[in-house]
Amino acid sequence: MSLHETEIQDIELNLLLQAIYMKYGYDFRNYSKAHLKRRILQRLKLSGLKTITEMQKLILWDTDFYKIFLKDLSINVTEMFRDPDFYAAFREKVIPDLRTYAHIKVWHAGCSTGEEVYSLAILLKEENLLGKTQIYATDFNKNVLEVAKHGIYSKKEIDLYDQNYKQAGGKHELSNYYTSKYGSVLFDKSLSKNIVFADHNLVTDSVFAEVNLVFCRNVLIYFDKKLQNKVLRLFSESLTKRGFLCLGTKESLRFTDFDNKYSVIDSKMKIYKKLPETK
Amino acid sequence: MTKAIVLGASFGGMEAIKNLLFMLPAQCTIPIIAVLHIGNNTIDTYLSMLNKNSHYNVKEAEEKESIKPGNFYFAPPNYHLLIEDNFTISLSTDKKVNFSRPSIDVLFETAAWSLQNELIGVLLTGSNNDGANGLKTIRELGGTTIVENPGTAFAKIMPETAVKISHPHFILDLKDIAGKITKLINE
Repeated sequence: MSLHETEIQDIELNLLLQAIYMKYGYDFRNYSKAHLKRRILQRLKLSGLKTITEMQKLILWDTDFYKIFLKDLSINVTEMFRDPDFYAAFREKVIPDLRTYAHIKVWHAGCSTGEEVYSLAILLKEENLLGKTQIYATDFNKNVLEVAKHGIYSKKEIDLYDQNYKQAGGKHELSNYYTSKYGSVLFDKSLSKNIVFADHNLVTDSVFAEVNLVFCRNVLIYFDKKLQNKVLRLFSESLTKRGFLCLGTKESLRFTDFDNKYSVIDSKMKIYKKLPETK
Repeated sequence: MTKAIVLGASFGGMEAIKNLLFMLPAQCTIPIIAVLHIGNNTIDTYLSMLNKNSHYNVKEAEEKESIKPGNFYFAPPNYHLLIEDNFTISLSTDKKVNFSRPSIDVLFETAAWSLQNELIGVLLTGSNNDGANGLKTIRELGGTTIVENPGTAFAKIMPETAVKISHPHFILDLKDIAGKITKLINE
């Protein structure tokens, strides 16, 4: 690739994002460009096409190709009890507050294939709070939502998950919550009883419920500053007074418009609490 | 004019990066962004040791941070580090690349896109294949490329693969890399 080619590629990339928005309504224009470019060039290589322009034609005219492409752009890498220290901190610093509520509403935004939704459900169950909790788990990608709904995962990862669960302060055995069959594990239906999995796009959709806790980990890192602020506004509007916001451990409210609208509950694990005067 | 240096190291990399950093003269403040393979371990202790003993402000990179002179950024363990066109840092939890997260290729490739000929890429010791393709991209887009001499490196596979795939401008012993960098950025 030459310098000249990479400049043309950048133009093509912007045109492609515009085309996707106009045709399908999915708006990736404020995603991290470096991230998008890597994903798009990978798909280009795999499909044997020469230029992004050729790919744009397929994306506009061939819905099946577009579906594959959309999968490329969503972030599906997740695990149960990812960052166990976060869950341990959540248990210690958020649970006592939640215990005082009559009902708990949680919005898990960008839930992907659901591993972290089940993690949260298990934690709440062990704290005897799951019965009075309603979890809305949302993602813009319908394929990953299907996986999340079924709660069936490969057994390959279960050792790691078990290790994470213990490190996160799990009170029993992770195997209490699933049944194994043919190299897969199926999570107990009692966990998902109070979970609604729904299609929601953080970029283009608006607030749909008032919640006490927003859980959105490792999603904002894929957005540029402008889009981060837009999504954080959505969270602020959705949160009740003194509601909690949990971000990924490398994400932060620092350098955003919402830095002074929350108090910090755990600076390392990125747990925040909305200040009363915030609208 | 060179705007930044990107640096990659794997097996034996902690020692190699330390030695390289300590050899850089005090007037050298060009931002350096590094990927060091370290598995799931934290690098806090290592970074604070480097910070204490060098003239650079050595830190773990934060997402959306602007890249500034005097800073030496490390990718956080378990996150890819990408350079954006506006000279800021993005992190990602994407799939591993070359069995690695952070991956050197991801850093090198995105840095090359963003900085083109205003970039120096340096690949040190290691025993996997990460970094070679990224270094090739840096070279193709006009940046300068340096690989540690596989013959004297702590682990030779990574620099050897990079020499083969990227045909770097310079193949140098670790002790000579700081001097070459200083010369290149003063040119």
